Amino acid sequence: MSGSRPGILASYDYLDSAVQAVEALRKAGFKRKTLTAYAPMPEHNLEHAMGYGQSPVRVFALVGALTGAAAGFALGIFTSMDWPLVTGGKPIVSIPAFVVIAFELTILFGALSTVIGLFINLRLPRFKPLVVYDPEFSAGRFGVHVAPPPERMDEARAILAAQEPAELLEDAGEVAHA
Amino acid sequence: MATVTDKSERGAQTHPDVSSFGQVNRDILKILSRPGKGWWGLFILSVLGVGLFFVSWIYQIITGIGVSGLMSPVGWGVYITTFVFWVGIAHSGTLISAILFLFRAPWRQSIYRAAEAMTVFAVMTAGLFPLIHLGRVWHGYWLIPYPNARFLWPNFRSPLLWDVFAVTTYFTVSAVFFYLGTIPDVAAARDQAKGLRKKLYQLISLGWRGTDREWHHFGKAYVFLAAFATPLVLSVHSVVSWDFAMSIVPGWHATIFAPYFVAGAIFSGVAMVITLTVPLRKIFKLEAYLTVKHFDAMAKLILLTSLIVLYAYLTEFFMAWYSGEEVERTLFWNRLFGHYWWASWIMLICNGLVPVLLWFKRVRHSIPALFVISLFINIGMWFERYVIIVTSLSHEYEPFAWGVYRPSLVEMGIMVGSFGWFFFWFLIFTRLLPPVAIAELKEVLPPPFRGAGKKEVAP
Repeated sequence: MSGSRPGILASYDYLDSAVQAVEALRKAGFKRKTLTAYAPMPEHNLEHAMGYGQSPVRVFALVGALTGAAAGFALGIFTSMDWPLVTGGKPIVSIPAFVVIAFELTILFGALSTVIGLFINLRLPRFKPLVVYDPEFSAGRFGVHVAPPPERMDEARAILAAQEPAELLEDAGEVAHA
Repeated sequence: MATVTDKSERGAQTHPDVSSFGQVNRDILKILSRPGKGWWGLFILSVLGVGLFFVSWIYQIITGIGVSGLMSPVGWGVYITTFVFWVGIAHSGTLISAILFLFRAPWRQSIYRAAEAMTVFAVMTAGLFPLIHLGRVWHGYWLIPYPNARFLWPNFRSPLLWDVFAVTTYFTVSAVFFYLGTIPDVAAARDQAKGLRKKLYQLISLGWRGTDREWHHFGKAYVFLAAFATPLVLSVHSVVSWDFAMSIVPGWHATIFAPYFVAGAIFSGVAMVITLTVPLRKIFKLEAYLTVKHFDAMAKLILLTSLIVLYAYLTEFFMAWYSGEEVERTLFWNRLFGHYWWASWIMLICNGLVPVLLWFKRVRHSIPALFVISLFINIGMWFERYVIIVTSLSHEYEPFAWGVYRPSLVEMGIMVGSFGWFFFWFLIFTRLLPPVAIAELKEVLPPPFRGAGKKEVAP
């Protein structure tokens, strides 16, 4: 979350170049928060190099699902108590019949809450122009961006350059990158 | 020592003619720019279908539900048949996108985007039929659970209300799942598009950049959504089957209905995926992506589900005889030799006999043969629902309440037109969004390595 620091963006043609650049940067003591890696597809090697743990999205999934289940039963029970009408000789609060409603709402709330959790964690949507980005990232290139402390700028550039990037760009860091 | 796993062995065989990541983007994004004659031909056909659909429906709205053949005792006819048919079609899309994702089936990548789009559009089509069937469609909002003027709520013990919840949940979740999957691919389209399309894709892709953070959370959310969608897809057609099974109508009141309907839904849905992907492959020259192996895998899925469906048919007939219940026995005898014998035999031949051909590898590897078989199955599965609904209602317990149902032209127009409506949306989808998942395809292709074939690289 180093919003306004100048940084360097390297685009690599090869996956192993990007992975090794990230590993070298982390080994040299650059903080994970100052690093961003780009890939055209989900790439476990890169995620592994960045050292990710559990995603908080799972909490959203669980809370959403439980809320949905509670809401489903509540809807069935409340509406039956609101106008108690015996149908088919069944009890007013006939839980088995409400399981279906509760089940569907569990899924509905769980899925929607997962998506909301995802967007919160991604800081999406973002409609500002993409500054620290190379359109080739969605095609086939892998990228590494680093926003180092000003005194370590040259060191970071040397590490990125060591992996033979196809392109090495410096940015003023006006865009907040996730 | 840095270790980078070389994935060149994984999946290299599934797409032997795709060599690089750049080629995937070129081949798939090309589809969005040049439609060609084949696409336009199908599109015009589908627009005519949409026209037929709305002309018939508007005629019915103006004149009244009496223009359909629905009359006591058969109150459910072609509309409900077609509703169940389209809900069933939807199911295999979720099967391929969610269930096969959780099972890590290596052949789903190329077809899942098209299958998922099919799900969304099929539910969109199915959702219209309860409204059409209502007759007085302006009262459609009565389906929404809220208390009426006398503070009376809808009956939450009714399978019909369960169905409202199941189908709306299914539509919402599958649409969200579909949209989420397209975001990285639309970002790829955005990076190459120009002008108005670029603006549109910028909006749809929400500023996706493919950062490690984005992929990390995206991957997790995708697993959770797949895990939510899996029980959902099994529940939706179970609930649809309970619309029938919870009543005491002969031929409907059976515990086998839920698994029987789910298997039938997947059976018909995979057939529809083949019906859709064969022209897609031909028109957009996707032979390198939709290979014979993909079709072979789908054919095996059809074969498996056809056996389950056939087993369910035989169980129904056996149970009718074994129960000793006179009404039940008469009903099933009538199915085979009664007034609707032709519908039952179409169902049995298309769903039980024709798929037997798929035991042969030569048939599974022949794309034209699979296309023809898939059409037979689509027809057979429509008739399955017709047989279940109409034969049972026309011949219930009381002899004085027996009757015959004859679909009217308006009903047939709406049914045929619904295919136009469905294909209309699907054809627009193929031009607007990448119809093959670009990012997921790259996951199974060998990634570019500086040292070719190197498994371990020193830092």
